[in-house]
Amino acid sequence: MAKIYSNVSPKNNNLKPKDETISFLLNYSKALSVINYNKLKFEALLN
Amino acid sequence: MKKELVQDSQLVSNYINGNENALSILIERHKQRIYSFIYSKVYDRDVTEDIFQDTFIKVIRTLKRGKYNEEGKFLPWVMRIAHNLVIDHFRKNKRMPKFDNTGEFSIFSVLSDSSLNAEKTIIKDQVESDVRRIIEELPEDQKQVLLMRMYQDMSFKEISERTGVSINTALGRMRYALINMRKVIDQNNIILTN
Repeated sequence: MAKIYSNVSPKNNNLKPKDETISFLLNYSKALSVINYNKLKFEALLN
Repeated sequence: MKKELVQDSQLVSNYINGNENALSILIERHKQRIYSFIYSKVYDRDVTEDIFQDTFIKVIRTLKRGKYNEEGKFLPWVMRIAHNLVIDHFRKNKRMPKFDNTGEFSIFSVLSDSSLNAEKTIIKDQVESDVRRIIEELPEDQKQVLLMRMYQDMSFKEISERTGVSINTALGRMRYALINMRKVIDQNNIILTN
């Protein structure tokens, strides 16, 4: 019997980030505000 | 499906103008490609998650600071950021190599601390004193051969010369000594392993 040694790589269909990561990013985006003052830019995280 | 009709560039400009929902659509639209891209480079879920997050933090900051210019397309730009962060990740790991114990092979299964700790020292002493007591139980001729062979490291030829018996007799006594010791160990349920 011929043996096939090459591995079939497991299909990774769920290659996507966790929901927590997404929600963290969206919250981060909402919290971050950039304040312009003359030519300076200040970042403020308002949580 | 109507969301798909809105171009990335339109969503980006909506986001810059304060529409937070546009970012959520952009992430939702591209998360799988970006995540797979990072994963294909680092092959680690946790690291991928970290780099994915850092990528979008960079995206958000750049967009909010108004430094993004719509020269290229949104997705290639994000991919480029992800790519650079992957390179940073490997650079950092090269400077600070760490043991990865998640795989099947662990370096610590090969390396071990050869010096005995307190517990093992006690066990070793116990085992050695048990063995000495069992040897004391042996008949004199067997005990003599065994002590010469194991503790004085003499050959059977030397033993036969010293005790004045043939080599075969010395071998036989050694054999019976071991058989008798095993018998005593079995009878008394003595455990002589570390």
